[in-house]
Amino acid sequence: MASLQDRAKLVPQSPLAAAWRVFWPLALALVVGVLMQHQVRTNIDAYSSKQILDIGIAIILAVSLTIVNGFTGQFSIGHAGFLAVGGYVAGSITYYGSFALFGSASATLGTMSGLYGAKADAAFLTGGEGLFLFALLAGGLVSALLGVVVGLPSLRLRGDYLAIVTLGFGEIVRVLIQQTPQVLMSKEAIAAAKPLSVPLSVGGSLGFGNVPKYTSLFWVYAAVVLTLIFAYRLKQSSTGRAMLSIREDEIAAEAMGVKTTYYKVWGFVIAAFFAGIAGGLYAHTIGISLSPVDAGFQKSFDIIIMVVLGGLGSISGAAIAAAIVTYLPELLRTPDTLMKFAIVGVPMLVVGASLLAMAGKPARKSPEKKRGHDPRAFPRFVIGLGVIITGLSLLAFLAKRFGIDLGDYRLILFALALIIMMITRPQGLLGVREVWDGALYRPVRDFFTARRHKGGTA
Amino acid sequence: MSSGVSITMSDAAEVLKGSGAAGEALEVRGVFKSFGGLKAVQDFRLSLPPAALYGLIGPNGAGKTTCFNLLTGVYRPDQGEITLGGKSLIGLRPSQIAFTGLARTFQNIRLFGELSVFENVKLACHLRTTHSLAGVIFRSGWQRAEEAAIRERARALLQVFRLHDRMDESARNLPYGDQRRLEIARALATGPKVLLLDEPAAGMNPQEKKDLRKLIREVRDVFGVSILMIEHDMGVVMDLCERITVLDYGVPIAEGTPHEIQKNPKVIEAYLGKE
Repeated sequence: MASLQDRAKLVPQSPLAAAWRVFWPLALALVVGVLMQHQVRTNIDAYSSKQILDIGIAIILAVSLTIVNGFTGQFSIGHAGFLAVGGYVAGSITYYGSFALFGSASATLGTMSGLYGAKADAAFLTGGEGLFLFALLAGGLVSALLGVVVGLPSLRLRGDYLAIVTLGFGEIVRVLIQQTPQVLMSKEAIAAAKPLSVPLSVGGSLGFGNVPKYTSLFWVYAAVVLTLIFAYRLKQSSTGRAMLSIREDEIAAEAMGVKTTYYKVWGFVIAAFFAGIAGGLYAHTIGISLSPVDAGFQKSFDIIIMVVLGGLGSISGAAIAAAIVTYLPELLRTPDTLMKFAIVGVPMLVVGASLLAMAGKPARKSPEKKRGHDPRAFPRFVIGLGVIITGLSLLAFLAKRFGIDLGDYRLILFALALIIMMITRPQGLLGVREVWDGALYRPVRDFFTARRHKGGTA
Repeated sequence: MSSGVSITMSDAAEVLKGSGAAGEALEVRGVFKSFGGLKAVQDFRLSLPPAALYGLIGPNGAGKTTCFNLLTGVYRPDQGEITLGGKSLIGLRPSQIAFTGLARTFQNIRLFGELSVFENVKLACHLRTTHSLAGVIFRSGWQRAEEAAIRERARALLQVFRLHDRMDESARNLPYGDQRRLEIARALATGPKVLLLDEPAAGMNPQEKKDLRKLIREVRDVFGVSILMIEHDMGVVMDLCERITVLDYGVPIAEGTPHEIQKNPKVIEAYLGKE
């Protein structure tokens, strides 16, 4: 049947616009990266820039997991396995590659690498920086290859069974890494070792901390931009819809001609690729010593929390949740900052309450009511947000008063947040919507249109 | 096609022209299926010519939906032959069968609830797309053109089914009758040659049933698809269907025009019992 293509041929095309669509994400990634590296980082202290870097890596991880858990609806709980694979592969390449190319493992920083902006040894993408980029991509690709291996069982398994397989995958990665031999610390040791065993000498359970530290805000946020644009394009496309349909109803999707197995495997491959990139960035971060624990269940679960809190299937939701989940523990350690949140939280409560009073009840049998539009939804949301923010600052106040370090209770707070979320808003922060979706703002519109309606009749 | 301007069936047909390559017949011969000791379907046969409107009826548990599942590849027949336009469908996956041109609706509605009405229909156009994943990543011109064609077609279909007002609502928020119609629209979006409707009138009120009858007939005329429907509402079946097959305990006991079926003693016995 040619009909769809016949109609498609009528759509005017411009090669220039097509080239632009390929080019602009790269350009945007570069611009954002440069801004982060040369504007943001230079204006904040080292500690904050490390946090912003962590947030960026968390965003890549959460968005990549969204493609498996959120789009195709396959519940993977071994995502950290991909992170570790990408990290170790990239780390091994730069570490031993540096020995081969430059004679030592110390980083030869380019203009865009290194978190603290030490003096650059080489121009952009020359020297170590080029090796770093190559290592990142290689880590992503090896990870993607393993994505196929993990994706294949999902052809036959569903739900809990698949979750157990992915859990097993993460554990296998962890145990395999534990078995690796010690890191070779010098040129002589490398020359003495069997050539094939060199790249596998990544330290076992002792960790792999000698990876040159190339990761910078530039590389992380360039990767964040590309990941977000990719995920967005995927979701907006026919392919993305096919993935979402599998999540919604696999039998119906198959009946509508969606090759469900094909897209499930692709979901794993894409997610694994980006997780591998994130792993590479993580491995080259200052202060990080890669260890087998990074492939473990705890790490996987951190990523799942981000995806579930953000809303399964929401790219922007996952990104926002990743930022919150990464930053909140730091915030909990500084109760003074947290207490200042009351400045925002309390007014939100007041405004929300007065808006609620203004909204009134929707008239019975009104078209708004019939369609399930409720003018009170928006004020309720404002109040809810106000309660959370005020509650946090109150918590900080109490903690300070009684000398408790809230940072120690981070996991309990996350567990509580998950419980409360599942009770009050099981679809997560944004559900399957995105911050740029008009439908997300329907409650706001409902609030204002309902008021005008009321005013008109009075 | 601006919103608000209601288009007629023939306007939509212009957009949807050729989306069902009519002119291919569904042939089913000697299909058997048993689950353990239960003989669910025995010697099912059916010959559905192009652009026909046939019915499949039978008491509850007669194996009607099982027949649909056999046709669409959810189950694999133990033996027998199923061909569409001369091509065998045996052993194909449901998605491949859908690609060959067999689309269906479900007895217990299976829409993509979280997705919008529009997205439900757009998704069903997916199997006719030709762009690659690289096209998606780089937003190639061809990918965009196909997406535009999908949007156009989905919009036209929703106009035909009078669902365009609620295009952006989640499918699960639609009233029951609308959900049934959306399922038919979605099935048509796959570009089928044969459309299988599993109890399309279930749960509809008399007015909705009347509209549905008109709609199904129009769909057949405009799209030129063959329709095979399972339906319990004898008013709908007898009015719409040109020929009817009756199943009882998995065995086809009668086949003929509505008039013949109504008089057939075996059918009366299956439904009402023997004196």
